[in-house]
This record gives sequence, C-alpha cells and structure tokens, in this order.
Amino acid sequence: MQDITENISAQQRMIDLYKSNFKLIKGAEPQTITMLREKAVEIVRDQGFPDLTTENWRYTDIDPLLRSPYDFNFTNQSRPFDIEQIFTCDVYDLDTFSVTLLNGWFVYKNAPLTTLKNGTIIGSLSKALEVYPELVSKYLGTIAPMEKPGLTALNTMFFQDGLFIYVPEEVIVDKPIQIINIVNSENPLMLHPRHLIIQEPKSKLTLVHCDHSLTHNISFTNSVSEVFLAKESNLDYYKIQNKGHNSAVINGSFFSQMSASNLTSSALTLNGGFTKNIIYSLLNEPACIATHNGLYLVDSNQHVDNQLEVDHAAPECTSEQLYKGILDDEATAVFNGKIMVRRDAQKTLAYQNNKNILLTDDAKANAQPQLEIYADDVKCSHGATVGQLDPEAMFYLRSRGLNERSARQMLMYAFAAEVVRRISIQPLRERIDHMVEKRLKGELSICDQCVLHCNSKEPTVFNIDVSKL
Amino acid sequence: MAEDKNNDILDELTSAEYKYGFYTDIEMDQAPKGLNEDTVRFISAKKNEPEFMLEFRLKAFRHWKTLKEPKWAHVQYHPIDYQDIIYYSAPRKKPKYESLNEVDPELLETFEKLGIPLDEQKMLAGVAVDAVMDSVSVATTFRETLAEKGIIFCSFSEAVQKHPELIKKYMGTVVPYTDNYYAALNSAVFSDGSFCYIPKGVRCPLELSTYFRINAANTGQFERTLIVAEEGSYVSYMEGCTAPMRDENQLHAAIVEIIAKKDSEVKYSTVQNWWPGDKKGKGGVYNFVTKRGICEGENSKISWTQVETGSAITWKYPSVVLLGDNSKGEFYSVAVTNNMQQADTGTKMIHLGRNTKSTIISKGISAGQSNNSYRGLVKSSRRAENARNFSQCDSLLLGDKCGAHTFPYVEVGNRSTIVEHEATTSKISEDQLFYCLQRGMDMEAAIGLIVNGYAKEVLNKLPMEFAVEAQKLLSISLEGSVG
Repeated sequence: MQDITENISAQQRMIDLYKSNFKLIKGAEPQTITMLREKAVEIVRDQGFPDLTTENWRYTDIDPLLRSPYDFNFTNQSRPFDIEQIFTCDVYDLDTFSVTLLNGWFVYKNAPLTTLKNGTIIGSLSKALEVYPELVSKYLGTIAPMEKPGLTALNTMFFQDGLFIYVPEEVIVDKPIQIINIVNSENPLMLHPRHLIIQEPKSKLTLVHCDHSLTHNISFTNSVSEVFLAKESNLDYYKIQNKGHNSAVINGSFFSQMSASNLTSSALTLNGGFTKNIIYSLLNEPACIATHNGLYLVDSNQHVDNQLEVDHAAPECTSEQLYKGILDDEATAVFNGKIMVRRDAQKTLAYQNNKNILLTDDAKANAQPQLEIYADDVKCSHGATVGQLDPEAMFYLRSRGLNERSARQMLMYAFAAEVVRRISIQPLRERIDHMVEKRLKGELSICDQCVLHCNSKEPTVFNIDVSKL
Repeated sequence: MAEDKNNDILDELTSAEYKYGFYTDIEMDQAPKGLNEDTVRFISAKKNEPEFMLEFRLKAFRHWKTLKEPKWAHVQYHPIDYQDIIYYSAPRKKPKYESLNEVDPELLETFEKLGIPLDEQKMLAGVAVDAVMDSVSVATTFRETLAEKGIIFCSFSEAVQKHPELIKKYMGTVVPYTDNYYAALNSAVFSDGSFCYIPKGVRCPLELSTYFRINAANTGQFERTLIVAEEGSYVSYMEGCTAPMRDENQLHAAIVEIIAKKDSEVKYSTVQNWWPGDKKGKGGVYNFVTKRGICEGENSKISWTQVETGSAITWKYPSVVLLGDNSKGEFYSVAVTNNMQQADTGTKMIHLGRNTKSTIISKGISAGQSNNSYRGLVKSSRRAENARNFSQCDSLLLGDKCGAHTFPYVEVGNRSTIVEHEATTSKISEDQLFYCLQRGMDMEAAIGLIVNGYAKEVLNKLPMEFAVEAQKLLSISLEGSVG
C-alpha cells in the first residue's frame, strides 16, 4: 500500500509513484508491455491530465479527484474464493458465466484462466500475459489511443490485472459473460483495471459489465477496456453502474471494428457518484454497424458524463447513438457525443440523439452533440433536447383521472423505456425496467440498490475480511 | 457521365476569381510597425482622445500582454506576429467634407467600384452611409435627416470628441476588454468605427449602413462599433465588407457592441466578403471578431443576420445576452467556404431573464477543400424560467474534399427551459438535381438554384438592399463564371 502526499503536481506524483513501484507493477510481463508503459509515462509527463480547459472535459473537473490521497494495491491481496459466498447478483434469472474483480484484481474459483469447451478463454489479464504473451501484446495498447486527452495513459502506467476474453473463430458464446467489478476498501483506493476482449471472425458474445461498491468509502476507478471485433463478429455490451455516492469512476471503453462487425453498447447509469464514461468506437472497415445506447437516472449531487465518439474511417458503415437522462435534485449530466466521418468514408449513415429531462431547478444538463464530417455522400444528423415533460401529454393523462404524481411517473417511465426496451437479454431488461420504475417512484435509494440486500436504511460498511475467505 | 459533368462544374465553382481585387493608391499616415505602449499612446494622441480613452486603451493593452492566444477553434493558420502589424493607418488628406464633390476622386472611384450608394440617386434608396476607409471615416451622409430625430450616427472617433459621456457610459459594457484575447487587442489599438444612438421612442427611418474596407498592406483593421437603442426604439443596421486582393494575411479583430433597452429592437445585418486568399490558400483575411448584444430591458430584441462568404479564416460568434424578461435573440447565418477557406462561426445565446426566447438558423455550405464549422452555445441560467430555444444547423457539402462540422453546446440550469437542437449534413439531393435537370435546366443553374433555395430562409431576413448583394455574393463565391 502506498500513500500519496500532496505537495507536488498530480502528474509528477503519479510518475514518482510509478518509478518507485516499477518492479511490482512490471512483474514478469513481456518487454513490449513495459515499453508501452514507458511511452505512457512520457505522455503523462508531456500532456499532464485533462482539466476544465480541455475541450472534452470542460464540464467534468477531475482535479480534486487527482489531488486527494489514495492507496494503491500493487500486490494481489485476494485469494481464490467463491464469490457467491459473499455476493449474489440481483438479476435472479440471469444465467451467466460470471467473473469477479475485487479492487481491480481478478478473483477466481479454480484457475485464473478458464478455457471453455468451445475454445473461449476467460480469465485474468495478468495470467494471460504470462500464458499467451504474443496474443495479448498484439492487441493490448493498440485500440485505446493514449495520446488523446484523458486518463488512458495513466491506466497504462499502472494497470496490473483485469479481464481477458478470447473468442475463437465462428464461436457463439451462448451464455452472457458477466463481469462484476467490486471495490471494497476501508481506505480511499485508486485502481486501474484493464480489460482486453478479442473476438475472432464470425464470433458472437454478450458481455454484462457491472460496477458495484460494497462500502461507502471513497474510491477512484480509472478503467480501460479494449475490444477488438474481427470480421462479421457480433458483440452486445452492457455497462451497468450502480455505485455509492463516494465513488468516482472514469471508464474508457475502446472498440475497434473490422468489416461487417456489429456492436451494440448500452451504458446504464442508475447510481454513480461521479461517473465519466468514455466510449470510442472506431469503424475501420466497410459495412460495420455500431449502436450506442445510454440511460442515466441521477439524483442528489451525482455527476454523470458520457463522452462518446464514433469514428467512421471506412465507407458504408452505420452508427446510431441514443442517450437519455432524467436529472433530479442537484445532479449534473454531460453528454458529449461526436460523429467523425473521415475523408472517403462515403455512404455513411450516422445518427445521434440526446434527450434530457430536468426535474428541479438545481439540476443541470450540458449537451455537446458534435458532427465532424469530411466526406460528402453521407447522411448524418443529430439532435439534442433539454426540457420538461410535455404539458399536453400531462393534461391528457390528468383529464383521464390520473393524479399529477402518477401522470408524471408514467411519462418519465415512458421516456426511459425507449432505451430500456433495447436491452436484448430478457431477465436483465425486466430487472432494469423494475429498477427504473422504482427509481422514478422515489422508492429506490442506494441501499435498495445495494447488491447485498440488507434491510438497514442506514449506510453500512461491509467489512469483508478477505483473508478469512 | 452526369458525375463527370458534376465534377467539372464543381471545379468551375471552386475556381471562381475574387471579383473585388483591386487596390486603391492613397497616401497613408501610418504608425510604425509593432505593438507597445508607445503605439497605443501614438494612436490615442493621433486621434486627440480624452484622458479616459487612453487609460482604457492602456488597461486593455496591459491585460492583453498577460493573455495567451486561444487555440480551441477548428481552424489552422500560421502564427500571427503581432509586432509585424501596422496598428494605425489613416488617409493623409483629411478634410471635413461638405459635399461629395470635395472628396478625393480616387476614393469615390473605389466606392463606385464597390457599388457603395454614396451619390444622390442612392440617397433616394434611403441609405445613409458612414464609409470607413482604413480606419477613419471619410464621408458621412444623411446626418441631417437623422439629427432631426435625435439619432446620432457618426464615426467612433467623432463620438469620442462630441459625446464622450455616452462613450464613457457604454463602451466596454457588453464586451469588456478582459473578454478574450482579440477583444483585449482591439480595445488597446482600435482605430475607428461607428457609433449609433437611437433616442427613446424613435424608429430610425433609414437602414443605417457602414462599409468597412481594409486597404493598406500589412494594416490590421481594428474597428469598434457601438449601438445603443433607448427604450422603445428601433434600428436596422447593415455592415458590409469587400477587401482588395493582397498577398499577406491581414488580421481583422473588430468589436461590435449592441445595447437594447426596454421594448427596443436592433437588427444587425452583415455581408462579409473579404479576400479569401487564392486557391492554394495563400493570403486572405483573418477575421477574428467579437460581436455581442445585450437585451437589457424587458421585451427587447436583438437579431443578427450574417452572410459570410469571404476571409481566409472566419472565427466569430455574434451573441445575445438575454437579460431582460421576455427578451428575444435571433441568429440567422449563411456561411460559404470555398478553396482553402476555414470558418468557425456560430452564436451564443445566454438566457438570464424569464420567458426569454432565442432562435438559431445556421446554413453552412462547404466547397473545394474548405472547412466550415458551426459552433454555438445555448445557456440557460437558473433564473431563466420558461426560456425557450430552437436551433437548426444544416450543412451542405459540395465535393468530397471539404469538411462540415457542428459543435453545439447546450447548458441548461433549470427545469422549465426547453432547448432543441437539430443538425443535418448532406450533399445536394440527387432527387432535386434530377428534377431540375429533367425540367431542362443545365447542371450549373440547377446547383445555383438549389443552393440559393437552401439559403433562402436566411437571405429572407436581410434588408432588401442587402439581400440583392448577398445573392450576388453567393453566386460569386460558388457559381464562379456560371452565375
């Protein structure tokens, strides 16, 4: 465990911390990965961290987060244990192959790497670096651009573990794979998990990525996921955030798509504290489809920022973005979506839509829907709205005898349903639907959402003594 | 086949020559190159300014020195050497004219070529002109007609001499010198500009217009316009520009301030056609302008209409601060970029008062290898209950080497505000082209017709006299010899 003191600049502190723990971080990794880390150090040194003057970060201030002192877990402190003993997923009917990360480290029942019958490999990234160094280093660090302003370089400096999935050619993984990201620490903790997902041609995968916190303590997660989708592969990706108010998450998901691959991502932020989701979707070859959906329901003083860029680098691709949000209390939401159509990416179809409803005068919504287009034979459009519930629709429902509260809830529920309906896994859709309904009725507090299902209304600290597991 | 012809026409369109490229040879009275406190004092002394003006300039200059050049716009250009610019240049012969006959004939000829309506016939068209020739007002007509109504319309330097109390009261209140890099620069070295004051309850009977024209080589043009509309008044103001063809880049950093009091309305129209540089992107004007109006009183209204066809780089955001309750802001824009031109333009609508409304209609047309960006902010503060905005930003791409971009910013801080933004990007519809061709039109006329129709929504908002010129400019910018 390492403490960070405050007198020097955040970037210098991080670099010093990296240098003094270099041997622990490095472990037995291949030379190529170490070189990648060195490059990341240079980028952090030269560019520093994004602040409010950085274009895509102008509404999200991470400076206070970077300044506060955190512990780092440079060694794996979890032992093999059965996650089901302490944790049950609240989507009861969901039949998944579930894996768990505790404080950024992969937690396993039997072995750190599992090979399924169909050849799919699921397991710990640090183990995969040992066993399949060539496969991993071929992709790792190539999909997430470190040069762009953000914290990808910082993650590259410090990452040690995370999830690794490899789906071989023509393999259809029938059960969804569920990653449960748990943060549990008494002291403020900073973690840098790194995930790598490689899909070979014509493979199909459904991934459910859940972020949970077990304690109400402060944590700062800076995760990076790199996903490679080969020709005609298909990925359905869900990111569900249900964390405590004291948690901060910067979550970068980087997708690289080859010809005729199909990606659907859904970012569902039901409770987040401080959340910034960064999605970068690069369409390298013709006929790719990328669909990005998002729903954020935030209250109290939560902050959620969705930064999304779909980069059309090849012709004849289609992309769609639909992000909707309902903001209560003093919550703030940012939508920063971009459609980039590069030269020669002709016949592009790209749509983008962001809709926000503000329930109070203290909530704030910021939207930046952007188009950057360098090809002429394209159809691109975007729209953004911020407003309240349609008074005519309200009147209609009231005239049918509904009281104001029910009418409002019904309209909000319908507003959110457009995104919820798009969830293709039925049990998950039903669960989210239920949660949205409860959330809008004001019956859902962080405790209700807490995966441990304790009935105490007071925030509780769950001390999981990992050594006893 | 059609494709080939299409390309030919696009080539032709994109190779149109700049029609207003001539250079008037008039002796200049110039400040030495470079910028320091002495330059600022020189300009102030040259213009015989009162003490408060010099202080304002020096404060601005000292602030400017602490600033860094902004880099966030979607434009690229060589760094500007601010020490290599002449900050003051005035025609040396500077008599006060009683009639047009006394004016330097060469100057009149320049205006003639530009089609500026200075002569008697044009007077009948109802246009009063305050023509600015490289920073100093040369002729002002219709002063008497306006004076009868109590309207003040004169050059900025004249206003400083004759109405220092008004200048002192309003200058820098909408765009303070601390606003941005170029506003600070302008505040320090501004040469001249126009001042317009409409008294309470007066409806200005004429369309006021000023023609700016950059002339001497290496002269930055730093105009400053101030319009004050008192309670219940109305004015329509037109600004138009053509610059002669020069080889070096010229910096233009103007400031326009509009103050609209209770129940007043100000309509500001711009047609900008400065030299865009040649086909390879050499030369051309850098147009970095700060334009802002404030709807100070209840029920006031400010409307910006702009047709931007010139300049190598256009970087400006005519904005409205909606402070008074029930006030309205409007922004209508057509921006055409061709060859290597770059434009990053749009607006800011800052809703502070209750029941404020704003409308944004922006039409971008990109051709050649140009880049055309819309960037706009719609902000609604907590107090701005029932604020309403509608924005529509369309982009049209002619050719496959140009770029069209949209960067809107929406910031809403209360629950009763409704903001809608929509944008589309497309090329000329094949269906529309086919329809025109099938009716016997040739390709050139068809493209011209469709582009003009596309921009119609904005052109319709221009005053009559301007609409004609604007349509001509669209033709020159896009249709080249075709028009």
